[in-house]
Amino acid sequence: MSSSSQVTESWISSFCGLLGHEYFAEVSEDFIEDDFNLTGLQSQVPMYKEALEMILDVEPEDDEEDEEEEEEDEEDEDILGDERPTGYRRASDRRHLRIASDLSVIESSAELLYGLIHQRYITSRPGIQQMAEKYELQHFGTCPRVHCNSCKVLPVGLNDSPGHETVKLFCPSCLDVYTPPNSRFQTVDGAFFGTTFPSLFFMTFTDLDLGGTRNSSGAADALLAMQAANAEAKARNKTTPANVTSVNGVAPHNIAPGLGPGNIYEPRIYGFRVNERARSGPRMKWLRMKPADVTELDETRAYWEEREGDGDRPDVEDLNMVDVAADGKARRKIAGRRRRANGSGNGNGNTGASPMDTNGLGAAG
Amino acid sequence: MDDFNSETDSDYTSYWRDWFISSRGNEYFCEIDEEYLTDRFNLTGLNTEVQYYQYALDLVTDVFDFDCDDDMREQIEKSARQLYGLVHARYIVTTRGLAKMLEKFKKSDFGKCPRVMCESQPLLPMGQSDVANTSPVKLYCSRCEDLYNPKSSRHAIIDGAYFGSSFHNILFQVYPAMLPPKSQKRYSPKVFGFKVHAAAALSRWQADERDKMKERLRLARVETGFEDEDEELEDEEEDEDMEGTEFERAIAQQ
Repeated sequence: MSSSSQVTESWISSFCGLLGHEYFAEVSEDFIEDDFNLTGLQSQVPMYKEALEMILDVEPEDDEEDEEEEEEDEEDEDILGDERPTGYRRASDRRHLRIASDLSVIESSAELLYGLIHQRYITSRPGIQQMAEKYELQHFGTCPRVHCNSCKVLPVGLNDSPGHETVKLFCPSCLDVYTPPNSRFQTVDGAFFGTTFPSLFFMTFTDLDLGGTRNSSGAADALLAMQAANAEAKARNKTTPANVTSVNGVAPHNIAPGLGPGNIYEPRIYGFRVNERARSGPRMKWLRMKPADVTELDETRAYWEEREGDGDRPDVEDLNMVDVAADGKARRKIAGRRRRANGSGNGNGNTGASPMDTNGLGAAG
Repeated sequence: MDDFNSETDSDYTSYWRDWFISSRGNEYFCEIDEEYLTDRFNLTGLNTEVQYYQYALDLVTDVFDFDCDDDMREQIEKSARQLYGLVHARYIVTTRGLAKMLEKFKKSDFGKCPRVMCESQPLLPMGQSDVANTSPVKLYCSRCEDLYNPKSSRHAIIDGAYFGSSFHNILFQVYPAMLPPKSQKRYSPKVFGFKVHAAAALSRWQADERDKMKERLRLARVETGFEDEDEELEDEEEDEDMEGTEFERAIAQQ
């Protein structure tokens, strides 16, 4: 008796089609069949083998090795349930028992196993590509925060081992995590997506514009926010220089675009701002702050500026994590690509390939 | 128009308002007292903002007995909802209104903060503008002091002016005990257990700004209201950093 041998639909696609499983990508069978990708999962999933067979829609009954396994396992009968794969213990009476109780156990094991494989798959090249398509189609929803302008979010786990937290959503615009709006996602384990995925995603696809949709109904608001941002920045006479293509390895317009001046809520009563010193005054603005000039975030430069006379001080080119365009024209457009030819920007005195320069990676050689 | 006198009758059942409050999508509204609605002073200026003002008011106060066709009735109904909303914005900053909204806040009638680190802090409705038809209602979280869009689309179409831009701040000035403790806990993006540099650099900068603010408040001898004042969350992060080694072990096994 095998569960999903209805042939019409594979176990994987029926699993991904379930209500609440909209965030899952369909892991390719090639990925699952490669044992290397499953390293260590055997000890985490009960009835591992059956679960794997279920995921791959393999008929378990007619295994040739059935009988050998049976004998072998008879001795182990008492120590069932430890981390050994206990899969074949009831090989003899499987046909009768599996129908009822085992099937549900295997089903849940298969879901667990699939989830853990999924966590690994979506950080692999084909997996992250598949998730990128889902991201583009807005399968994961948008950020609930008003100032993020409906920025598209990605699923994230707060823990890599299952059973801790349910899936959350990561917003690249405010770098924060949110609970999915629909309660059906509260049954999905966060570990099935993992802690790494969204960050790796945005490091992989640096060309994405994270600014969100500013031209919808909130156009007036967005305009106001931008004006406020500009006014404040001008007042302090600080904005990110236009020729900067990358700070700390990220294009300046993609460093938390939902944060910073103009995107922070200012509590007001009848038009008057509530003072910070009031008991109910604002205390959390820092959480949504960002320097008007993001090159301030270059800690490498700040570090060496403090140590002006240090003998270990590297060359000027290696002093910072800021990249500027080689010529005035090539700004934002190429910012996302971040693959300057080695040394092309040396004339600026501000660029060059440093060992710390993550942006020069493509040109290393 | 005989009914007109009965509006001051306190045991008069408020059919329209009862219906309005309990109808789907209007969960954010509280019931406005009859006395408040019938005091013309409270309605100052609204007659120019609402079409069919008098009929709408009659409808809201259940003294409507004007024979008209369905189209007209529909128009008046719409005006009545708008009138109720605009009066609502004024009512909820009165003592009685604040108390009613506080009860709804305690019951989480306005939903809970979607931000994970806010741990389901109840929200309050607010408008970004006091002028009608400018922007829809938003939800304010008093823990992270930020604004969120309502989850449900039936709430997302309510006009923000029906709550106003001051109400939620006034509520916490009147009931400071309801202020939640602020948390320094935050999410830090990681890849295989390692913090993402750009995000980490920004959060260090933000932490500096926070410490500057705390210093300002300390000099002014004002309580900061943070729950986790001294202990930083470093140790908590350390546990998670172990994840990387687990991965390595897995590879070594192979």
